[in-house]
Amino acid sequence: MNYKFLVLTLFTAVLLFYGYYRAMSAPEELTMGEVQRIFYYHVPSAWTSFVCFFANFLASVVYLARRKSSPAAGQAADAVAVATAEVGVVFCTIVLVTGPLWARPVWGIWWTWDARLTTTLILWLIYVSYLFLRHYAAGGQAPTLASVVAIIGFLDVPMVYMAIRWFRTQHPQPVMAGGEGSGLDPAMWNALLWNWAAFLAFGFLLIWMRYNLARFQQLLDERHALAALKGGAR
Amino acid sequence: MTSLFAVTRATLAKDVLLEWRSKDAINAMLFFSVLVVVIFSFAFDPSAEESRRIAGGLVWVAFLFAANVALNQTWMRELRNQVLDAYRVSPAPANALFLGKALGNFFFVTVVELAMTPLFIVFFNLRILGPAWQLVIVLVLGTWALVVNGTFFAAVSLRTRVRELMLPLLLFPVSIPALLGMVEATTAILTGDASPRFWLNLLLVYDVVFTTACLLLFETVLHAE
Repeated sequence: MNYKFLVLTLFTAVLLFYGYYRAMSAPEELTMGEVQRIFYYHVPSAWTSFVCFFANFLASVVYLARRKSSPAAGQAADAVAVATAEVGVVFCTIVLVTGPLWARPVWGIWWTWDARLTTTLILWLIYVSYLFLRHYAAGGQAPTLASVVAIIGFLDVPMVYMAIRWFRTQHPQPVMAGGEGSGLDPAMWNALLWNWAAFLAFGFLLIWMRYNLARFQQLLDERHALAALKGGAR
Repeated sequence: MTSLFAVTRATLAKDVLLEWRSKDAINAMLFFSVLVVVIFSFAFDPSAEESRRIAGGLVWVAFLFAANVALNQTWMRELRNQVLDAYRVSPAPANALFLGKALGNFFFVTVVELAMTPLFIVFFNLRILGPAWQLVIVLVLGTWALVVNGTFFAAVSLRTRVRELMLPLLLFPVSIPALLGMVEATTAILTGDASPRFWLNLLLVYDVVFTTACLLLFETVLHAE
């Protein structure tokens, strides 16, 4: 494990440095200038957090399906679920912080309630509530209850997006000068994709570390439970 | 299927009977709602024109908080005499229990809403410019959206450390599309400016999706030991 971990860490570090180099050497944007470069961190964070939340959804389903038939697989799935949720929330927080930092100099406003921003915020809210549930639920039930909440939360996201989209066609916003994705220079696409690769690697590294931590915690809880059973009749 | 219907009806009848005899939750909810309406009247002091535009939002926020009061205590009664444990070991389908609870909550919350609506109309001098009968549809769909998820998440938060706090933490984010639908539909009907059709469709879809999801997942929650 240590050897593979070290290799992955080095690989991630190289990707991140290369991504930084590409982000800083990409062509300067016409209207926004240098501040646009935050785009190379804002968008990959968003995509990575979506990947994490989707993984959380899959892990929750696997946990509910396999926990009776194969407890070991269930435990592993649960560890993946908690790891991906936490890392996903971290990346989503980065998105929500870098977004306004970028928007303020470029658009003149910190925030707007359009479809994309609102959906991201609600996504963040749903998964933070998931983490609260995990924290406050009593031991053995936490994985089951959390998996259920994760599934319901994930079902909610497309509905939020649709609802806000329609809401915004009813109450249109002032038009922002071009979206981030509108007509991207190939050099910019390249820089963006390299940074996404770097963020995915970094995310995977974090999830792996958190997964191992969760597994150790599960083993510890099992040991405690066994010890309590053995030494209980005193 | 008869078992499902019979158990649902029995649970519903039990809840309504107990509530009717003690009137604990209903009295608290009614008074809480009056307080909320009065406080909103101080916080927002609109003209008649403005009031139509913001009343939709105010009304549903008030209903949301009133429903929260009802939902928090919905499972407490079951905990007290190990009724929940009895349910777990009984052969009755878990869905029936959930459905009975949800319908009971729906009934109580609707009673409170019907009591609060005249109050809102009086305090804000509301006049409904659009088709008023559509408000009934919004009321039914919207209340069910809040109640079905609320009953489910109340059961989920039952075994957590900060029980009463956990329910709004879980419920509010997930309910946002439904809330948007309710508020926009109500505003559209009150002002007569736009058609509430899309919002009613959204509420209907939301209700169908989440009722199905909750019915499918409730058994897991009930037996989550």
